[in-house]
Amino acid sequence: MADSGMLSGWEMVVGLEVHTELLTATKLFCGCANEFGAEPNTNVCPVCLGLPGSLPVLNQAAVDLAVRIGVALHASVGPSLFHRKNYFYPDMPKDYQISQYDEPICSNGWLEPPGHPRVGIVRAHLEEDTGKTSHMGGDGRIHGAERSLVDYNRAGVPLVEIVSAPDIWSSGQARAYVSELRAILIAIGASDGRMEEGSLRVDANVSVMRKGATSLGTRCEIKNLNSLRSLGRAIDYEARRQVDLLNSGGVVEQETRHWNESTGRTASMRSKEEAFDYRYFPDPDLVPLDPGEDWVDRVRLNMAPLPADRRAALEAAVGEDASSAIAGQIATVVELGLDGLVTAAISEGVKARLAVARAANEAAAAADAARSLDAGRFVQLLKMEDSAQLSASQTKAVLAELLAGAEGSPEEVAARLGLGSMDSAVLDAALDAVIQAHPEEWERFRGGDNKVIGFLVGQVMRSTQGKADGKAVRAGLASRI
Amino acid sequence: MIGPVPDAISRDDVIHVARLARLSLTDQEVDRFTRHLGDILTHASDVASLDLAGVTPTAHPLPLVNVLRPDVVVPSLDRQEVLAAAPAVEDERFMVPRILGEQA
Repeated sequence: MADSGMLSGWEMVVGLEVHTELLTATKLFCGCANEFGAEPNTNVCPVCLGLPGSLPVLNQAAVDLAVRIGVALHASVGPSLFHRKNYFYPDMPKDYQISQYDEPICSNGWLEPPGHPRVGIVRAHLEEDTGKTSHMGGDGRIHGAERSLVDYNRAGVPLVEIVSAPDIWSSGQARAYVSELRAILIAIGASDGRMEEGSLRVDANVSVMRKGATSLGTRCEIKNLNSLRSLGRAIDYEARRQVDLLNSGGVVEQETRHWNESTGRTASMRSKEEAFDYRYFPDPDLVPLDPGEDWVDRVRLNMAPLPADRRAALEAAVGEDASSAIAGQIATVVELGLDGLVTAAISEGVKARLAVARAANEAAAAADAARSLDAGRFVQLLKMEDSAQLSASQTKAVLAELLAGAEGSPEEVAARLGLGSMDSAVLDAALDAVIQAHPEEWERFRGGDNKVIGFLVGQVMRSTQGKADGKAVRAGLASRI
Repeated sequence: MIGPVPDAISRDDVIHVARLARLSLTDQEVDRFTRHLGDILTHASDVASLDLAGVTPTAHPLPLVNVLRPDVVVPSLDRQEVLAAAPAVEDERFMVPRILGEQA
């Protein structure tokens, strides 16, 4: 694989654990709101604060989303149990986290990142999120902190942890896996996919082995990967660190390491004697969960189309000739959820390349607004560009207005902005004036020096305040030679 | 019946488990709990003498599955009431001593 070639003689083996917060209204075991950014400690109750005598009751919507995730990842969805994972850390007031242990709700699935080998999914299980701790004093990081402040709004928020097989051999494949998984989770309504807000979190288990070896090396678990970029950099750094260590006669210790984005390094998080012993046991307050075939079938029937299917549909609409050339843009359009707009435009006769480009580039800048943009207005606007009524830059300006919430049809918006094809008499006058004002450049252009055309076009654009169409200006200049 | 198993659990096991549970035990208590826990394990080991091939492990004493609630928000507790129970509060949050202080 190209991007692990730098490990000469070695290869990396990576497994990923992805935690996704579920888009439910309430927490996993209580009716407190599941909401990001609320005032600290306002979404808490006796259950999620672990007060004596409180009892957890499982959220049906969280189970439904976990089943959706299982179906989308081609996993088997079966009977499962909830266990207590015991540990002392102030992020969980109960001193245990309710999770699933040896019987997870989903097991044995797979995901195929576009352009990379298929990755096995070992399991996906339900568990509750922990509270949010902020380390104060010291340098603001865990080590050297004088005290910690805890907000339990997040404690008990439903999570699904998706564990991949160690089937990933490059940082590129790891990024593609997370990116595709994220797109799937968004498409099925399980997650908002926001890595920067922590609603999607990734831990990477990284080990290295000699090329051709059959047994895996000792792995390190890398935490604090808040973006696809961090994920890629951290994996490459960690594999390199382990290879250097082994090449110099050292031994890789199995440990948890923290990625530091600013130094570009991983560092050991806990000492060896803190080896964890979670003493899992079945939670006596919760009965077994068994969605059963009917539930799984119902989810399967009502499942939104997956990104891979939507890419295929958009490729088919674009047509074979163009689809390979703009595969990247097609993927972006699907990832942003703008394929509905583009398909509508293509079916109305707008050129496929144009529709895909405007969605993947210009609409992407305001994807949330673009998703709720009326398809009819998008189509109307692109037809104006297609028929040269608006230039490319004018179309982009009108689109930006529409996405910013401008009222009215694209024609009305264009008129308000003073855009639209110029009256030819006005353009002719502008061309003549520029030629007269710059006789030297004009002579060079007539003499065949094409380099000055940019200057001349620029002068016309300036005198018309950008209202002229670049193509028409070039044509007009050429016709005057 | 299987007789008592003297080394069903060792003193070191008890010290380890006590540490995980953040319990501080005297030497006498370690002796006592090693004996008590050993008795419990010996008692439970009677099950091992039975032929349980084909018996599904009991996950829960109640014959129930899928006890679920609808995804409907109910009011949370009043924050002042919640924080009044905290030993220390800063900035509307629970204040706790430094974490992993033993290695800082």
